[in-house]
Amino acid sequence: MTASEAILGKAERHALVTPVLDNNPIGVQVLGICSALAVTTRLDKALVMAIAVTIVTAFANLAVSLVRNHTPGSIRIIVQLTIIASLVIVVDQFLKAYLFELSLELSVFIGLIITNCIVMGRAEGYAMANPPWLSFLDGIGNGLGYGLVLILVALARELFGAGRVFGVQVLPLVQDGGWYEPNGLMLLAPSALFIVALLIWALRTWKPALQEKD
Amino acid sequence: MPKLDSTRYTILFAAAVCVVCALLVSVSAVGLASRQEENARLYRQKNVLLAAGLVEPGADLPAAEIVRIFDASIDIGLIDLATGRKAEGTGIDPKSYDPRKVRNDPALSRAAPPNSAGLLRLPNTGVVYYVKGAGGVEQVVLPIEGGGMWGMLSGFIALDRDGNTVRGLTFYEQKETPGLGSEIANPKWQALWRGRKAYDGNFAPKLAVIKGTAGPPEKDPHRVDGLSGATITSNAVSRLVNFWFSEQGYGPYLKLFREGGAA
Repeated sequence: MTASEAILGKAERHALVTPVLDNNPIGVQVLGICSALAVTTRLDKALVMAIAVTIVTAFANLAVSLVRNHTPGSIRIIVQLTIIASLVIVVDQFLKAYLFELSLELSVFIGLIITNCIVMGRAEGYAMANPPWLSFLDGIGNGLGYGLVLILVALARELFGAGRVFGVQVLPLVQDGGWYEPNGLMLLAPSALFIVALLIWALRTWKPALQEKD
Repeated sequence: MPKLDSTRYTILFAAAVCVVCALLVSVSAVGLASRQEENARLYRQKNVLLAAGLVEPGADLPAAEIVRIFDASIDIGLIDLATGRKAEGTGIDPKSYDPRKVRNDPALSRAAPPNSAGLLRLPNTGVVYYVKGAGGVEQVVLPIEGGGMWGMLSGFIALDRDGNTVRGLTFYEQKETPGLGSEIANPKWQALWRGRKAYDGNFAPKLAVIKGTAGPPEKDPHRVDGLSGATITSNAVSRLVNFWFSEQGYGPYLKLFREGGAA
């Protein structure tokens, strides 16, 4: 086994890649839907949220995995929660220092990463039973899988709701003399539910192995 | 290695996790504090410009540009809130002064008279922002604050040279319900304030956020559309605006301002 294989061998690649599509946290595990509704009206918000969740999931998994053999079973959930909450506060502090106005718009939703089911779910379900490096990659993979859905939803919502992509006007609006009549529903939370549902449908049609047997 | 499930080990482990996490959080909070304060100060300056209509809502300006517009068009004044006169010899640096910060300092603030704006203490010294134009002072931007549904609302209101006509309003800090009360931060709703009159004919504060839709400012000068689903927030805004325009707030100052003595 060469050194590069040890860092990114088969198991490692598996941990990193499967959560992006085959075991997507939103699409397959149906975790973390709440924030997918709230922060996807604009792409820049979705991107920052995706990065924040990826960082928190990766480092929470790493930390939980490092202490997994020393953690008393009776307090393991609260230990995970403490680690996750601390990481979220640190991420929030960085956002306030470097992306101030965006952090105001994301407001409570950064803080709510603490309760994002993905982070806790991966810490309890994966990191408690796997070595640190694998857990770290699993965290990154899950963050990317979450981020992929978030960005697809935000792309659809920003494009059809405001005719923009990353704040750049792509479809000229009727009110500015163009031809596109923006779909106001896209800017409201229910539209994200429809889009997430369509994505889950598309993913399961593409990969029939994901469908549950009745 | 001690038993993982012994009480002694569990308590020690929990304490160790807490110490490590607390260290991490405090190091990042302290290390980034100065940058965050700088951001907050810039954001307040931007909101003064927003209230005065010197910056368009939604404009993405670099920090240097905000500072440039602010320095070029704004004069900061300090006033004695109780008398409305210019504050002298306070030793306060007007550029960094935030009246909200001195609230708990007994030397710099006093207990507020009973009021419906949810304020317990008032600063002794208030800060006002004069917007300069070709013909001297064109507007004055006043900080306002008060209790909302879930927390304090902080904003700015800009008045015309007549000390009565509203030129703009912003809220830069609020914790209202997202999607309902938080609409007070929506520039579309804030634009409805433009042209309304703060005072009636006898200079009693008269602005009100009503239930339903108000007419255009010329026909309906004292009322602003309410926010559906956010009656408590709407009422809170009415109360805090009227408090700050009353004798307990900027009333004495605005009287001098109208007479041309305060600038």
